Amino acid sequence: MISVKKLVKRFGLKTVLRGLDFEVQEGEFVALLGPNGAGKTTFLRILASLSRPTLGEVSVAGYRLPAQAAAVRRNLGVVSHLPLLYGDLTAEENLRFYGRIYGVLELGQRIEEVLELVGLTSRRRDLVRTFSRGMQQRLAIGRAILHNPDVLLFDEPHTGLDQDACDMLDRLLREVAGQGRTVVMTSHDLARVEDLASRFDVLSRGVIYSSVSRTGLGKNNLLDFYRQALAG
Amino acid sequence: MKPQPIALKVLNIVSVLLFLAALGMVFLYAPLEATMNYVQKIFYFHIANAWVGMLGFIAAAVAGVIYLIKHDQKWDIVELAAVEISLVFFLIAIVAGSIWARPSWGAYWTWEPRLTTAAILEMIYIAYLLLRQGIDDPDRRARFSAVYTLVGAISVPITFISIRFFRTIHPVVIGTNSAASQGSFDMTSKMLATMFFALFTFSVIFVNLFWHRIRLGQLAQQVEQLKLEELQ
Amino acid sequence: MNNNQQTLAHKPASSFIGAIGAIVWKDLVAELRSRELLSAMLVFALLVILIFNFALELDPLTRRVATPGILWATFAFAGTLGLNRSMAVEKDRGCLDGLLLAPVDRSAIYFGKMISNLAFMLIVEVVVLPVYSVLYNTNLFNPGLIIVILLGSVGYVAVGTLLSSMAVQTRTRDVLLPILLFPVVIPILIAAVKASSGFLQGLEVTEVMPYINLLIVYDVIFIAVAYMVFDFVVEE
Repeated sequence: MISVKKLVKRFGLKTVLRGLDFEVQEGEFVALLGPNGAGKTTFLRILASLSRPTLGEVSVAGYRLPAQAAAVRRNLGVVSHLPLLYGDLTAEENLRFYGRIYGVLELGQRIEEVLELVGLTSRRRDLVRTFSRGMQQRLAIGRAILHNPDVLLFDEPHTGLDQDACDMLDRLLREVAGQGRTVVMTSHDLARVEDLASRFDVLSRGVIYSSVSRTGLGKNNLLDFYRQALAG
Repeated sequence: MKPQPIALKVLNIVSVLLFLAALGMVFLYAPLEATMNYVQKIFYFHIANAWVGMLGFIAAAVAGVIYLIKHDQKWDIVELAAVEISLVFFLIAIVAGSIWARPSWGAYWTWEPRLTTAAILEMIYIAYLLLRQGIDDPDRRARFSAVYTLVGAISVPITFISIRFFRTIHPVVIGTNSAASQGSFDMTSKMLATMFFALFTFSVIFVNLFWHRIRLGQLAQQVEQLKLEELQ
Repeated sequence: MNNNQQTLAHKPASSFIGAIGAIVWKDLVAELRSRELLSAMLVFALLVILIFNFALELDPLTRRVATPGILWATFAFAGTLGLNRSMAVEKDRGCLDGLLLAPVDRSAIYFGKMISNLAFMLIVEVVVLPVYSVLYNTNLFNPGLIIVILLGSVGYVAVGTLLSSMAVQTRTRDVLLPILLFPVVIPILIAAVKASSGFLQGLEVTEVMPYINLLIVYDVIFIAVAYMVFDFVVEE
C-alpha cells in the first residue's frame, strides 16, 4: 500500500531524511516512533503529498508521488495535531464542506454515518469553535474518513487530550482501522500505541533504525525496544 | 575559498580604467552645454545609472522565471544580486536626476512618469528584500521571491504606461529639436559619443558588480553548508 | 457502519467548479455568522473617510474633485484588512493543509479565495458608497462608477489573494501584505481614480474608455499570472 525507497528530503542545505526505506502492506497499522526532530512529521507530510521528496521513490495506494498526487489524495485521510476544521462553521457544515471538495457521493447520508461513528450526532449544529479539543479531534477523524480512503495518516493525534478523550480516541481509531484500512501513526505515547498498532518502526536521524511487528515484540516491553533501537 | 578567477580580476581593472576614461570624456571631451554648463554633465551619469538599473531589472525578471522553471538555487542568487544592483543604481540615478532637475526645472522632484515609476520600482525592491527577510526556509524564500519578481516585473511597465497618460516634463533626449518640452537640449555628436561611452562603461561595471555579488552569494551559501555540517 | 470498500478506480473526485463553489460558500457562511472580517473592514473604511474629512479641510468644490481619490484610498486600505484576515483563517488552524489535501487543482483554491475576497470587498464598497453620498451630499449612484469599482476590485483582489497567500506564510505576516501589494496595484489606482472621476464629472464614455481598458487589461493579465503561479506559492 505504501512503498518508500531511499527517500531524501532536504530543506535548503539541511538534510532531514537520509535515504529512508519504508514498506506498508494493506491493512497494517504502523506506529512511527522517534525523538523530536527525527523527521517524523516531515516524513508524514511527504506521504500526505503536502511536501515533495528531494530524491527517492514514494508511492501511496498504488500511485506515485509527486507525479500522481491528486490520485493519492483521493485515497488518503489525514489527521494532524492541528484540527483542520473551521471554527465558525458547525460540525455538519465542516463535513459538508470537505465532502464537497472531495466530491463525496450521497453526501447527506455519508455525513449522518460519520457523525454517528464519531459520536457527535447530537452536536452537529454546534459551532466547532465551542468544541473541546477531544471533540474536535473526533470530528477531524470524521473528516478524514468522509471519502472512505484506504490509507490513513495520523500525526500525534493524542496531543492535548486528557485520559478520557484519549480512550475515546483509541476506541475510534480501532474501529476506523478495523475496517481494513492501512494506517500510519506517529506518536510519543508508547503505552497507547502498544495496544493499537500491529507494527512499530523507529525513525531516528533521518532513517528507519528499527522495525518490529506486534508478534515479534511478543512479551517484551515496547519502551525497552524503543530505547534499544535509539541506542543502537 | 575559491580565489577570484583571472577573468574577474581582469574585469576589475578594466572597469576601473573604463570609469576613469569615461570621467575624462565627460569633463574634457564633451562640450559644455549652452544653458546649463557643468550641471548638464551629470546627465551622462544619470543616464548610465538608469541604464544599469534597467539591466538589473530585466536580469532579475529573467532569473526569477528561470528559477520557477528549473528550481536551481543558483538562479535565486542571481535574482537577488540583480535586484540589489538595480536598487542601488536606480537610486543613484534618481539622486543624480534630482541634482540636475533643481537648476533646470526648479524642483528636486516632479511626479512625471519616469521618475515616479522609478520610485515605485524602488518600493517594490524594498518590499522584495523585506519579503526575503521574513522567510527562513531557503526553498520557500526562493520561490516567493521569484513569484514577487514576476508580479513586479509585469506591473512596472503597466504602471509606467498608466502614468504616461498624464503629461510629461521629462526631457526627451534623443533627436527632438523642439524647445517645446521644457528643459530638453540638443545633443551634438560629441555629446552622443560621450553618452554611449558612459553607457558602455557602466554596462561593464554592471557585469563586474553582478559577478562579484553572485560570487558573494555562492560563498555565503557555502558558509551555511559548512555551518550545518558542523552542527550535524 | 459502512464496510464496503470502493475500489481505487471508482473514487469520486470533485469538479473544479464544485470546489470553487464550496470554498466560496464556506467563506461566506463563516463570515456571515461571525461577521468579524466585515465589521472590521467596514469600521476601518468609515474611520478612514472620517480621517480624510479632518485631514483635508476641503470646500465642497474641491471635495468633489477629491472624492474618487478618497474612495479608492479607503477601499485599498480596507481591502488589505480583508485579504489578511481571509488567509489568516486558513493558516491558523492548519486549514490550508486541509485544502491542499483535497484532490483538486490548486488553482481552485486560488479562485475560491479570490471570489470570496471579492465578495467581501464589494460588500464593504456597497455600504461605503451610500454613507459617503449622505455625509458629503454627493450623488454616487452612477452606473459608470459602479463598473469602475467592480473592475478595480477584481484586479486588486486578484493580486491581493496571491500576495496574501505568500505574506501569511512569512514571519512578518500582516505587516508585509500592504508593502508587497500597494506598489504593484498602482495601475489600478490610477485607472480607477481617473475613470471614477470621469464618470462623476459626466464625461463622454469615449474619454473614459482608455482607463476602463487599462483596468480590463490589468485584470486579465494578473488573473492569468496568479493562476499560473499559485502552485509555487502553496506547494512545498
